[in-house]
Amino acid sequence: MRQRTKAEDIVRLEGIGLRYGPGPEVLQDVHMALPTGSFHFLTGASGAGKSSLLRMMFLGLRPTRGRVMLFNHDTAQTRRADLPALRRRIGVVFQDFRLLDHLSALDNVALPLRVRGVKESEIRKHVPELLSWVGLADHLRARPPTLSGGQKQRVAIARAVVGRPDLLLADEPTGNVDDQIGMRLLYLFEELNRLGATVLVATHNETLVERFTHYPRLHLENGLVQKVW
Amino acid sequence: MFGGRSDLPLKGDVTSRYLPWLVALMVFLAAVSLVAVFVLNGVVESWNRDVSGTVTVQVVPAGDKAGTDRRVQQAVAFMRGVPGVVSVKPMSRDKMVALLTPWLGSSTVIRDLPLPRLIDVTINPDAVGDLVRVGISLKQSVPGATLDDHRRWLARLITVSRSLEALALGIVVLVGMVTASTVVYATRSNLAVHGDVIEVLHLVGATDDYIARQFADRAFSLGFGGGLIGLALTVPAMSVIAWLAHGAQGGFIPRLTLPLIGYLAVALLPVAAALLAMIAARATVRGTLARLP
Repeated sequence: MRQRTKAEDIVRLEGIGLRYGPGPEVLQDVHMALPTGSFHFLTGASGAGKSSLLRMMFLGLRPTRGRVMLFNHDTAQTRRADLPALRRRIGVVFQDFRLLDHLSALDNVALPLRVRGVKESEIRKHVPELLSWVGLADHLRARPPTLSGGQKQRVAIARAVVGRPDLLLADEPTGNVDDQIGMRLLYLFEELNRLGATVLVATHNETLVERFTHYPRLHLENGLVQKVW
Repeated sequence: MFGGRSDLPLKGDVTSRYLPWLVALMVFLAAVSLVAVFVLNGVVESWNRDVSGTVTVQVVPAGDKAGTDRRVQQAVAFMRGVPGVVSVKPMSRDKMVALLTPWLGSSTVIRDLPLPRLIDVTINPDAVGDLVRVGISLKQSVPGATLDDHRRWLARLITVSRSLEALALGIVVLVGMVTASTVVYATRSNLAVHGDVIEVLHLVGATDDYIARQFADRAFSLGFGGGLIGLALTVPAMSVIAWLAHGAQGGFIPRLTLPLIGYLAVALLPVAAALLAMIAARATVRGTLARLP
């Protein structure tokens, strides 16, 4: 794993504003930072802009104004050719999973490794282990359309963490699983955080968040981010 | 390397169904055109070879037979003195009459006609020098003698043949352009269809080149398969043409053959088509993705 400087913020948003078309600003003057190795929850009502904020962090969306600093790179100034290297340091759990329906669960999870050129022998060794850990050992060859919502979510989480990312962004990662599985997945995120990953979990599941009060909670409301605890 | 595992669902695309057949047709047309180029080139070479080693001296008859014979002897002597001339053989009057019999009949009248006398001259084309200057000197030295190097009448035929060769080569180039354009269009369609998959690949850290390589491998595979079909169609078509051409051979038309390099060029067409498809697909994907924000 890469050496990281504790003092650095892995993500820093400076004066971010976001507007879709001519509508009102979804995000207004957002200032926030995720220090290296931190674990945060991001809460807020549905439609508050949590997913938009996360999309900016995984380089899927550009803000209307303000600056997104990622791994000390100003994303607005980063050359297109340099984006893959930044994205490989980020693991994302999408709210809608974004799994590839024509690939098996194993191949979906292997995707971040394959784009990095990891050897097939290593992929065949590690990916089944991870899928086994998230309770999908019997579904390695299953394609996403044949999986339940919860199973898809676990495949999506496995894909996000398989590359041991420096930054893990999870958008409603427990939305489709029961509390027991949800807790287990959050323990997985905790474990990754202990190994050095910076974690941001966006959720509206207050019950789950209240079980992890030892982690700071950022709340998004009316386009502004506030630190709750 | 090619046609292996792909992260993109390209195998079920419409492109997979029509592209090989289009490439097959293009390879067939290119193969026929290439065969035409090589065969025509062989014909022209054959004509050139046949005429380049010989020239003919024509001597217009003088008033009497003795005068004509004298002119022939002077012309023979002149030609023997030209550097690079290997042999000089005056054609006997009997042989000339025999040559004219098929057209004028065997009447004794032919024997009384004031026929021009011909002298066959074999030359070493590399050593003989400028034949035009030789012809002028001959005309000045021997009254009524002219030198014919056969090229004047052959030049037009060669021009026609060379034009046909250029046309055939043009068809090969055109076929290549049509194939590349089709691949570009098909690749653009595929990029639009699989936009969501490409977005996911980008988000997990795929480079444009990683994505382009998958399109390129697929295009190579389809192009090569189509090329082999085209080549398979070429064999019976060429056999029929060869059989028809066999009947036209003889006399002025030499034996029509395809040289070894011709066979090689035609055999390599599927590989060329596949490489062209691969390069076109790769360039299209790289170009399109580079324009994304």
